[in-house]
Amino acid sequence: MTRLLETAAHPRALRRVAIEPLTRVEGHGKVTILLDEQNRVHQARLHIVEFRGFEKFIQGRPYWEVPVLVQRLCGICPVSHHLAAGKAMDMLVGARRLTPTAEKLRRLMHLGQMLQSHALHFFHLASPDLLFGFDAEPERRNVVGVIGEHPELAVQGVMLRKFGQEIIRHIAGKRIHGTAAIPGGMNKALTMVERDALRRETGQMIAWSRGAVATCRQILDANPHTTIFGVFPSNFMSLIGADGTLDLYDGGLRARDAMGATIFDHVDYTHYNRYIREEVKSWSYMKFPFIINLGDEDGWYRVGPLARMNNCDRINTPLAEEERQIYRAAANGGMQHATLAYHWARLIEMLHAAEGIERLLDDPDITGTDLVVKGEPALEGVGVIEAPRGTLFHHYKVDENDVVVRANLIVSTTNNNQAMNEAVRNVAASYLDGQKLTEGLLNHIEVAVRAFDPCLSCATHALGRMPLRVELVDAEGRVIDRMVKGVDGVCGEG
Amino acid sequence: MSPDTRRTFLLDGREIPFREGQTVFDAAMAAGVYIPHLCHNPDFEPHSSCRLCTVIVNGRPFASCTQPAVAGQDVKSDTAELNEMRRSLTQMLLVEGNHYCPSCEKSGGCRLQATAYALGLQDNHFPQFFPLRDVDASHPDIILDRDRCILCGLCVRISRTVDRKNVFAMTGRGIDTTIVVDSPTGLLADSRVSREDEAVQHCPVGALMMKGEAFTVPIGERPYDRAPINEDSVAQFQAREARLHG
Repeated sequence: MTRLLETAAHPRALRRVAIEPLTRVEGHGKVTILLDEQNRVHQARLHIVEFRGFEKFIQGRPYWEVPVLVQRLCGICPVSHHLAAGKAMDMLVGARRLTPTAEKLRRLMHLGQMLQSHALHFFHLASPDLLFGFDAEPERRNVVGVIGEHPELAVQGVMLRKFGQEIIRHIAGKRIHGTAAIPGGMNKALTMVERDALRRETGQMIAWSRGAVATCRQILDANPHTTIFGVFPSNFMSLIGADGTLDLYDGGLRARDAMGATIFDHVDYTHYNRYIREEVKSWSYMKFPFIINLGDEDGWYRVGPLARMNNCDRINTPLAEEERQIYRAAANGGMQHATLAYHWARLIEMLHAAEGIERLLDDPDITGTDLVVKGEPALEGVGVIEAPRGTLFHHYKVDENDVVVRANLIVSTTNNNQAMNEAVRNVAASYLDGQKLTEGLLNHIEVAVRAFDPCLSCATHALGRMPLRVELVDAEGRVIDRMVKGVDGVCGEG
Repeated sequence: MSPDTRRTFLLDGREIPFREGQTVFDAAMAAGVYIPHLCHNPDFEPHSSCRLCTVIVNGRPFASCTQPAVAGQDVKSDTAELNEMRRSLTQMLLVEGNHYCPSCEKSGGCRLQATAYALGLQDNHFPQFFPLRDVDASHPDIILDRDRCILCGLCVRISRTVDRKNVFAMTGRGIDTTIVVDSPTGLLADSRVSREDEAVQHCPVGALMMKGEAFTVPIGERPYDRAPINEDSVAQFQAREARLHG
């Protein structure tokens, strides 16, 4: 239904409402909505208006720079880009299997990243909407409001994030943009002192994560509208372990349709381009990936926590698995389609990350010193990982001189592009259609986008003060209504 | 060595002893006084091209790496004016090339980066040139990234005087000066260079690097993670002095 709102039949006759800026990964996006005279929604689009160009400017650089260079794509999940590129570099140096220590250090670093990113998103970016309501006054609906009314949650968010960052620091030398993965392994062992320091904290982290899952579940249970907000059917894609277990670092690709039927399973991700293609649309800098054999119309999919929780058969840590079963039972064993279920799934993953960190720290391999392997070099490498926001593809080709000649990155946000557009259309159709615009209604759109992408949330939720300017423009381009939210969070007629 | 008025000079008001034949730079570093420098490596002949080590000797500017120490001379180095000139020179080097420290494998061990930190650079001040320069990755063991070359000439001098291969030379004039390789194709792969050559071991920046070693030293263990360049250079120089001259 909502797909019909992608392109209006007669756009020139409609009024255009722009929500700008929304921001994405360290950048900006906007939502445009075309309305008729009765404020009926005829078109709604999420545009990503920024062009980064990483795929181009790493061409000509030696491949060993890539994991360190591409992590600068993001300040929130650089570890994901670092490790995805690192996995591709492993292929280039013929490291078919890392040493146990190297792989476990990468997994530990990745779980640290998952923990900190998910904690940031839920406690500081998303929780104001869930705790206070989508149309609560902006002065309250922000992280300062959370600190004031739920200080224990705010502190837990800080401490969980800090713990995740400390794991990254011990492994990569810095909390953000360090160096760790090198072609064929890792560049530093974890010392016993570092291991012990981290291990002392894990019990508390697991307890707080478990509490967060319960809090989220209670909020969703107490607010029935959250189960119907932004609900739309879609396909889902994620990496999956060989036995169907949730695996965030490695595995094969699994895609299921809206009813849970398998589209493909355990696909070798180095062949991803036989299964996924990217469509270009004239109105967005971001491509629209789709599953080839379903076609661009029906082959779009969701990635990220919701997809992973829908796709996996089990989780290999006990407390997270308990929560997964509750989650699946809530959908009667089927696929969860509610946009806000992203938050629930995200927190189950956070709990899994905390448990997984403890397990890895107890593993004797984690303090090993055998860190690098090499093999027969290759000229092409693909690395795929489950980043906090979803499946992340890095694909590189090098020449015989070790210089990158081609790169293709499909980042999580790109995978979710069509799905985020669907969410925007769904919410616009359900909540804005025929209504007079208010700040609270606009926030419904942001809530839907925010559920997918914490980087977007980061900017759109900065203390509830995201500057917004919404204009109603008639077919002649005349501004007929304007609403402005300033950096002070105050709304006015502008 | 006890200070002797006939064999000492004043450096920023401090009496510095020296041996016959020592330069102002060598005597200062041996006495524990850091003078910023980029093109000079004490193990090789001085070149005095980067001009960062410029000091004022008896009222006139000289490159301290080539200026002989003379008893009784009055030398100024750590002055606001000289340090401002050093900052400007460093900024010009940074904008003339393409120095992307965040993804550079030399980060943490780069003399240009470390010197910029030591001089307190806050920005590059001048507009970036963004020059188009070639990367020569043709050699199986060595990569020449001209984006990062600061034309210190160390590889040229060492290849000529130590390796005796003359693999490297400078060509062009002024802002168009660049490093070239002596081979029929102009590529490293077709030259006589090898990974054992001294010329490829001492690049102060990330222009000449060994393949297969990038980012193998973790953050925290890189040369200038352990100590800033002003302390590291002096410590290394003094260790060298002790080794060579007891």
